[in-house]
Amino acid sequence: MNIDSIKNGIVIDHITAGKGMSIYNLLGLDKLDCSVAIIKNVNSRKLGKKDIIKVDSDIELNIDALGYIDPGVTVNVIKDGVLAEKRNISLPEKITNVIFCKNPRCITTTEQELPHIFRLTEKEGKVYRCIYCETKAETK
Amino acid sequence: MRSLIDIQELTTDEINELIAVACDIIDNGAKYSEACRGKKLATMFFEPSTRTRLSFEAAMYELGGNVISVSNAESSSAAKGESVADTAKTISCYADIIAMRHPKEGAPLVAAMNASVPVINAGDGGHNHPTQTLTDLLTIYREKGRLDNMTIGLCGDLKFGRTVHSLISAMSRYTGIKFILISPEELKVPSYVKRDILKKNDIPYVQTTDFESVIPELDILYMTRVQRERFFNEEDYLRLKDRYILTPDKLASAKPDLKILHPLPRVNEISVAIDSDPRACYFKQVYYGKIARMSLILKLLEVKI
Repeated sequence: MNIDSIKNGIVIDHITAGKGMSIYNLLGLDKLDCSVAIIKNVNSRKLGKKDIIKVDSDIELNIDALGYIDPGVTVNVIKDGVLAEKRNISLPEKITNVIFCKNPRCITTTEQELPHIFRLTEKEGKVYRCIYCETKAETK
Repeated sequence: MRSLIDIQELTTDEINELIAVACDIIDNGAKYSEACRGKKLATMFFEPSTRTRLSFEAAMYELGGNVISVSNAESSSAAKGESVADTAKTISCYADIIAMRHPKEGAPLVAAMNASVPVINAGDGGHNHPTQTLTDLLTIYREKGRLDNMTIGLCGDLKFGRTVHSLISAMSRYTGIKFILISPEELKVPSYVKRDILKKNDIPYVQTTDFESVIPELDILYMTRVQRERFFNEEDYLRLKDRYILTPDKLASAKPDLKILHPLPRVNEISVAIDSDPRACYFKQVYYGKIARMSLILKLLEVKI
């Protein structure tokens, strides 16, 4: 299968196989009018199988959201057809408006304009807690 | 500028410093009578409370300061739909420090993020109540002369009681502490408190439903009320509310220097006959609550005496 290389854009590599589509949706890539490719189940020496997303435009990515959904992905920034930057994404310390607090007693339930902010409280267990009420986020 | 939303924000040194200042206030009160002259405390209570609000107000008056007050949600702009953030920004223009109680968890944090003056969390729903914990620590220190090397019995609602969880967390910082957790099966300490605080810090603890057998071991007995509002089912509440009632005959086997604490209000879990026992400290605890808040106000307003 051939997919054209991109000149200026982003390649999200080392996506856990099967998570490509949820990352596509989370990052709002469906709203772009440039070429976007999701390649599923690519053979990988490191992962066995992986997904890859290629975006043919230099867009601003929500790195924190990406790190929350799939820590371990790599973001390659391509400029003039060559690799300009390679970023290894890890679990973010804080995420804003990526997940939402479901505690009915939390202040975010009555104050709609408040950003839903979660802080990483336990790295090993990937535990995020709401900064307002400390309720544990439901993990995906 | 510093606020206090959660007791965990204070280091052990800071807690010790707050207790030291509180002790100096008790011993040399006159020295502090003008400490906050010209300063105003705003008490914003969006949930009913008698003792906590009065305690904050009395604390500020005793420091020579003044108090302005939002006493209930219905009479405030919150009833008109104003956000906590806007209310905090507005009150910051009138007061030098804010004490806030709110039924929603995290509301005082939102206030602190938006206010330009220090905010003290005076209780946010069932979440945090740091000045109650400071009160408990000061009471234990004054009554026992130390915060380390003791066996602390916590009795009653250990599941929903926020004061219990904060006290376990705060006392776990000191050495030689052992907890005896006395509650019905349905109201046991949540597993995350055991895992994240007790087991993580290697703190010895025993869980039991048998109140009387453990009384002789205790240096501190912290009684709590089973709260009606925490139950969905009235039957469960009625079944559990009278499970542990401290009476003079139960105290017969207790140590002579046991100290009995209760965050109050009491319903019937401590017999009135205990009130005259020298081991009963819960009304002294109310007094210490005012002193602890005086000490905290001084710290957050950065007033040095």
